[in-house]
Amino acid sequence: MSKAKVKRSSTSIDMTAMCDVSFLLLSFFVMTSTAKQPEAFPVDAPGAVTTDKLPDSNVGMITVGDGGKVFFGVSDRDVRVKMLEKMSARYSVQFSQEDYEQFSLMENFGVPIKNLRALISLGSSAARNAPGVQPGLPVDSTEALTNELYQWVQVARLSAVEVNKEKEGEKDYVEQGPLKIAIKADANEKYPSISTIIETLRNQKQNKFSFITSLKAN
Amino acid sequence: MAELNQDGGGGKKGGKVRSKKSGGKVDLTAMVDLAFLLITFFMLTTSLNKPNAMDVAMPDKNKMDANDNIEISDTRSITLLLGSDNKISWYYGQLKSPITPPATVDYSTEGIRKVLLTKKQEVPARNGGKDLIVVIRPSDKSTQRNLVDILDEMKIVDVKRYMISKITPEEVEVLERENLYND
Repeated sequence: MSKAKVKRSSTSIDMTAMCDVSFLLLSFFVMTSTAKQPEAFPVDAPGAVTTDKLPDSNVGMITVGDGGKVFFGVSDRDVRVKMLEKMSARYSVQFSQEDYEQFSLMENFGVPIKNLRALISLGSSAARNAPGVQPGLPVDSTEALTNELYQWVQVARLSAVEVNKEKEGEKDYVEQGPLKIAIKADANEKYPSISTIIETLRNQKQNKFSFITSLKAN
Repeated sequence: MAELNQDGGGGKKGGKVRSKKSGGKVDLTAMVDLAFLLITFFMLTTSLNKPNAMDVAMPDKNKMDANDNIEISDTRSITLLLGSDNKISWYYGQLKSPITPPATVDYSTEGIRKVLLTKKQEVPARNGGKDLIVVIRPSDKSTQRNLVDILDEMKIVDVKRYMISKITPEEVEVLERENLYND
């Protein structure tokens, strides 16, 4: 008795086209995406159905969380450098050239200005973002130098205007408008700390701002 | 994996020697796997990267006089007091002589949205077409989530006029009475 042989056809598929397409897509996503910078202070933003996106540039971001710890950062490097120059003059704290360069790479920060140099000199962002290193910016209800957030936001706005003005002559210049201020607060943050920040902004007539939210299914 | 069965063997015919071509086909499965993995990664990170922004506008601050409050019509305004435990106490009119006394609701569709929707219908009828004003007063025990939720609700219900303002001690008492002022 002979066995009936079933002829098996080859299951191999030509993957060349698939491979081409997938790599095309891959290169597209690699080129369009911007690398996510490590945040000094990750917070969990509350969900909302709003889908308006925050612009990539010309944004000043105030991060609040962990019982009122406040961090600040701006998106553009030129503005960061200008901002630090101005703060250095206001508080008479000196920074070296290297400090400026390092500072222009820092996404955000949350230390009193007198400790900023020590923070910059830590070198790597991993060391800076280690828990407990940054205690948060000093904030109160005044407009004095003790309210460092007030000063930072003010110099950031001034610097943004100056940087915009410098770029005005350049080719492909697009009018950016004033600096946008966004508040990214942790969902479980109590209202008093939010209120202090809102009042700090209102004191300098920054009456418009945005709350950062995450997407929520309705 | 893709090439499960090559030549089944056995089917060889009389002594013909076939020279095997080498390098004609490369197994691309692993490469495609990897490419799709990376695509997925980049797709997810790019779309989640851009944060959503909810725009808020506050009125100009009068630094000379902190008690400079805007007078609004009683019959047009409802006030939402954001308390603790994700609950809201709301009233219609003035607190001293409310048209609807303070009542407690939650942030659900059945809770605050129902109140807002009914008032949105009711108020223009009562005020000759003038629309509803919502006053949002977050207490010290409410959270950012509550504030964003209620602002979101304004957008969903499409209330055109709303404001965030400071809570008064009398209103805190209301919250305390309704047990909505806990840590």
